[in-house]
Formats: sequence, C-alpha cells, structure tokens
Amino acid sequence: MNPIPLVAVAGNPNAGKSALFNALTGARQKVGNYPGVTVERKSGRLVLADGRPVEMVDLPGAYSLDPASPDEAVTRDVLFGRQKGERRPDALVIVLDASNLDNHLRFALQLIELGLPTIVALNMVDLAKRDGLDLDAKRLERELGVPVVETVAVRRRGIVELQSALDDMLSSPRCPAHHGAPSDLLHLQRRARELATAAVVRESPVRRWTHRLDSILLHPIAGPLILAAILFVMFQAVFAWSQLPAGWIQDGFDALAGLTTGVLPPGLLRSLIVDGVIGGVGAVVVFLPQILILFLFILLLEGTGYMVRAAFLMDKLMHWAGLSGRSFIPLLSSFACAVPGIMSTRTIDDPKDRLTTILIAPLMTCSARLPVYTLIIAAFIPARSVGYGVGLQGLVMFGLYIAGVCGAMLAALILRRTVVRGGGGAFMMELPKYQLPAAKDVAIGLLTRAQIFLKRAGTIILGTTVILWALASIPQAAPGQKQSDVSIAGKIASGIEVVVHPIGFNHDIAMALLPAMAAREVAVSAIGTVYSIDSPDDATQAKTLSERLRNAWPLPTALAFLAWFVFAPQCISTIAVTRRETNGWKWPLFMVSYLFVLAYIAAGLTYWTATALGL
Amino acid sequence: MNAPFKSESVSLDELKLGTRAHIDTIDWSSLEHSEACRLRHFGFDEGVAVEPLHLGPFGRDPLAIRVGRMTVAIRRAHARAVRVVPA
Repeated sequence: MNPIPLVAVAGNPNAGKSALFNALTGARQKVGNYPGVTVERKSGRLVLADGRPVEMVDLPGAYSLDPASPDEAVTRDVLFGRQKGERRPDALVIVLDASNLDNHLRFALQLIELGLPTIVALNMVDLAKRDGLDLDAKRLERELGVPVVETVAVRRRGIVELQSALDDMLSSPRCPAHHGAPSDLLHLQRRARELATAAVVRESPVRRWTHRLDSILLHPIAGPLILAAILFVMFQAVFAWSQLPAGWIQDGFDALAGLTTGVLPPGLLRSLIVDGVIGGVGAVVVFLPQILILFLFILLLEGTGYMVRAAFLMDKLMHWAGLSGRSFIPLLSSFACAVPGIMSTRTIDDPKDRLTTILIAPLMTCSARLPVYTLIIAAFIPARSVGYGVGLQGLVMFGLYIAGVCGAMLAALILRRTVVRGGGGAFMMELPKYQLPAAKDVAIGLLTRAQIFLKRAGTIILGTTVILWALASIPQAAPGQKQSDVSIAGKIASGIEVVVHPIGFNHDIAMALLPAMAAREVAVSAIGTVYSIDSPDDATQAKTLSERLRNAWPLPTALAFLAWFVFAPQCISTIAVTRRETNGWKWPLFMVSYLFVLAYIAAGLTYWTATALGL
Repeated sequence: MNAPFKSESVSLDELKLGTRAHIDTIDWSSLEHSEACRLRHFGFDEGVAVEPLHLGPFGRDPLAIRVGRMTVAIRRAHARAVRVVPA
C-alpha cells in the first residue's frame, strides 16, 4: 500500500501561509522539530471529499531556494528530498500574497520549476482589492501552467475550491511543463515582474491603509509613545487579568491537596503526593493564565503586523547594545518566561545576534520571579509612599525589572565584544500589511502554547519536584533533630552555605536555592517548607511566612537575596531549552556560569553595601 | 521608465522621504553575502521603483522603503550601497 500523500505548503514569509495551513488542517496539528536543527516542523491532516487522508506539512517561509537562514535551508532540503526526517513531498501548494505578486512570483516560479504537481493559492485577494488592485487569476493560471485558486485564508474563503483542486491533482497528477535548466534568480525576478504586470487588470490609486497607519505608528515621536503605551497595557493585563484565574487554579490545587490529605494516611506517601506532586506542579501551573495573556498579546501583535513595527522602532536602541530590532520580540516574551522567549529567537537570521539574545534572555524578569520578589518585598520593604502616589514597594519592584533590563543590555554589549564577536550589523525585515488576525488562528496559537507549557509542568517540573522532595525528606529526622539539618538536601545546603555565606546567605536560603533550580518560584514554597518541616505544629505558619522571615533574616540578607534573583539563571527548563536551541552543552554551561558569577557579585555588593550602611 | 543617468544618482539614504526613484546601481561588493542575498529577495534590482517612507525614531535609522509593492526595513548603512535616480 502506498503511504498517504504528503503535500507541502510553501511560500514567502507574510504570504498568509500559516493561516492557509490552519484553514486546511484545522486545530489538530503536530508541532515538532526537524532532527538536528532548531526549525519547527508543523504538520496536519486533511481529509479529501472521498475520504482519502492527505498529510500536509507547513514549510518555513522562504524568499527563494537559495537559503539566507536555517529556516530557508530546511525548506530547500525538504523540497529536494534531502531533509532528514522528511520524505519528499508528492505535491505542492504555493501561497502567494495577491498584492505582492512581483516579489512572491519569483519564489513561485522557482518552485514550479521543481516539477512537482503544484497548485497556487492566490491569497489575500481581499487586501489586494482594498489596495485598488484587480487581478486576472485565469491569465496567471495560463502563464504559470498550474491551477491558480483565489483565497482569503484568514476568512476561510476559497478553501473548499482549493481542496477540490488538490483532490483533482492527487487523483491525476499532472506535472507542470519543464523549462529545462533551472533559471537564475535575476532572470526569475524579471519574469516575475512581467507576469505580475500582466496579471493586473486594473490598479486604482487608492491610498493604502497600511501606509496611513504606518505614518502614525512609525511616527518619530508618536510611534515610540504608542509602543510604550501598548507595552504598559500589556504588562498591566498580564498581572491584573491573571489574578482571578490564577486564584481559581490555586484553589483547585488546594482543594485537591485537601482531598488527598483526607484520603491518604499520614506518612511518606502522603507527603510525596501532597507536598511533592500537587504542591510542586501547582506552584508552576498557577502561572498558566499570565503566560497565556502575554501570548495573547504577542499573537495579536504578530498577527496584525505590528510586531515588525516594534522591531523597526527599537532597532537603533538594540543596535547600540550590539543586537538588532529582531531581538526585541524574543526579549519581550522572556518577561513571561525565558523558555518561549528563547524559542522565538528562531526568527533572528544572524546566528551571532541569535546566540547573544539567547544568552541574555534569562535576565528579563520572568513571571516566576514575581512570587519571590513579592514575598521578600512584603516582608522587608515598608509599605509607605514616596510621594506623588508612588509606593515604595512598587518602586522597588520596578527597580528590580529595570536592573534586569540594564544588566541584559550591559551583558549583550560585553558579549558582543568578547565571546560572541563578529557578524551582525544587519536588520532587514519585510513590513507586512496590517490585517485583522482571525480569532481561530489566535486560538490555535494559544492552545499550542498551553500544551507545551503544561507538558513541561507535567514532565520536567514534576520530575525535579519529586527528586527534591525525596532529598528533603530522607533520611527522616529523629526526635529533637531538625529535618532541614538531617536530610540529604540539608547536607547539600550546608555545602552550598559555605560558598554563599560571604554574600550573606544563611542555611535556609542555601536550602531554597536548590529547589529553585527546578523553577524559581519554588524558592518561595521551599522556604515555607523548611519552616513547616522544622516546626510542623505551627498552625499559623502560612500566614506569617513574611513575618517569620522578617525576624529570621537581617535586612542586608534579604536585599542580597533579591539581587541574586535578578541575575541567577536557576531554572532547569531554561538551561534545557538553551541546550536544544544551541545544539550542545557549550553555551548553556557558559550561560549558567556567567549568570552565577553576575548573581554572586550583585548579591555580594548589595550585602556588603547594605551592611556598611548599617541597614 | 526613464533611462537612468549616472550623474543624477544619489544614494538611497540621502533621498528625501516620499521621493520616488528608480534604482540605478547597487554596490553588491560592499554587502555581505547574506545581506546581498536578502536585498535581492526583497526585489532590489536595477530599474526597480523605490520610495523611502519612514525613518526610525532614534538616529533616523533604520529606513522603511517601498520596493515595488513591498515595504521593507533596512539600516542606513545598507541603503548607502544603493544608488538611485529620483523620478
């Protein structure tokens, strides 16, 4: 039996390829990686009218078969049947932006020359009409020698026609006529322009929407102000809108913990399930709303075409730090979590720029640091106003964010002049037309992110939490002994304490640093656990954790602890994703070392200064 | 399309915003291979119509340039490699 046919969707970036892919395959998509490279492979299944299944694969957007980025290299290799982990496609769907034919036809001509059965989707015909462009699809079909179907993928228009064309083609494969030797790029470009001109029926000089919007959004003064306002709203939303759903998730996990406590007899097993599994995973899953809200904003900004404008506005500032505007988007995502941030560095063409961005991404204050900051600030910073309605606690929180950003820029500046020297200097991006993204495409994007995040919580975080629980619970302390001194974790913490004692950290903190490697926010529950394991009969401990800290830690220690968390790279997921994205252990190890050194120095300076000032 | 005259040509980054022009020559040798490749992909080619539309807010860099029907962002340093003749 023949394997089911594989159809590749190819096209320029910004041709609406992903929307078309979503429209053809629906929400059931498999997202993975091509082996050995950090390029995403997206595949899905389409069922033809007669019930035959077809496997669709969404190739990375490319401008031509002469690759200028790793993504484009994958597209070329798949089409030539040379890509590991992929068979050669049986047919092609080429997606073209109808209002950008003179550019997109060049790649289309190159693809048609491959000789695979091919259909052209003339996409975004609505936007072309909006710009006053009337096209003759039949003429284009004659000139290209392959079927041309008009589509508006985001509105799901023309999809049925496209499917039936695909059906016809797979039933009786008809290869396009061969022109002999492959044409060179310049020749193709000129032919593309001729074809594009020929396909235009009428072009009225309609003032373009995109141009009008850009004159406001890219205005030298209004542009940056609008960007700042959007970012402000975004961060407000991430923290304000997430409180309610995060509360529900917390309540859910608490209820589950309560239920389990009632069912299981006291002992090691109950402790494992309640403290280890439910407590550990719950501590991370409460961040799901924040991450989804952030991604909602990012997907909307990307889908409308604004994200590229933000990169345009920020390019010069990023250039001063040795990066380019392209790094702005991944760094912005890293405020939610460095893991998706580092994954989105794939959009950066320049390998040196990309590596630098990966290395500084953990310095952006991710949402997992918030619980730590909140606890320490509530315990040690007085809740008084510094005037103009600005609270001291909020100011300290803001200062910690700024410290992270400044640290990142400084690190980028130094890295670009030392270990990641050379390359760079390029910022070349297409500014796509503005458009309203389809709710379904945004929903699919959010769903994929949620799945990735929950999978991580269910695997890496669950695993480490259980191990750390075991280390903290074994061996059991005899009466009169402190569990935190006897356990394996306690012994390890005593070792760490020797190293961190000079910067003002005590045994409790050393103990918390260990589980914080799994996820930073676990530091909070770990500190809580240290106190509750040591004095289990203290019923009020949950409410008075910050009060207990106030009594147990001197102020310089608390401040040093905050400074440590600004820089410390302690999250296994970040290290793991860095290893995957840089294809080896060299860069994650470098990242961990340089960040630990930075964290140690920052915490030390804070501690010694605060002590000297007599705080 | 007017026949381009070398004497009238200016570099793309000197062109005033909103001035339409045609590309006269591109100094490909001053660009790195990948940069040259990307410019070609964007449709930069002799005779193509260009128009600078916007400037970055900091240091008037990068430039947003209309090339054919596309708008692309490139840095001033790269725009300097492109000689144009105002229409």
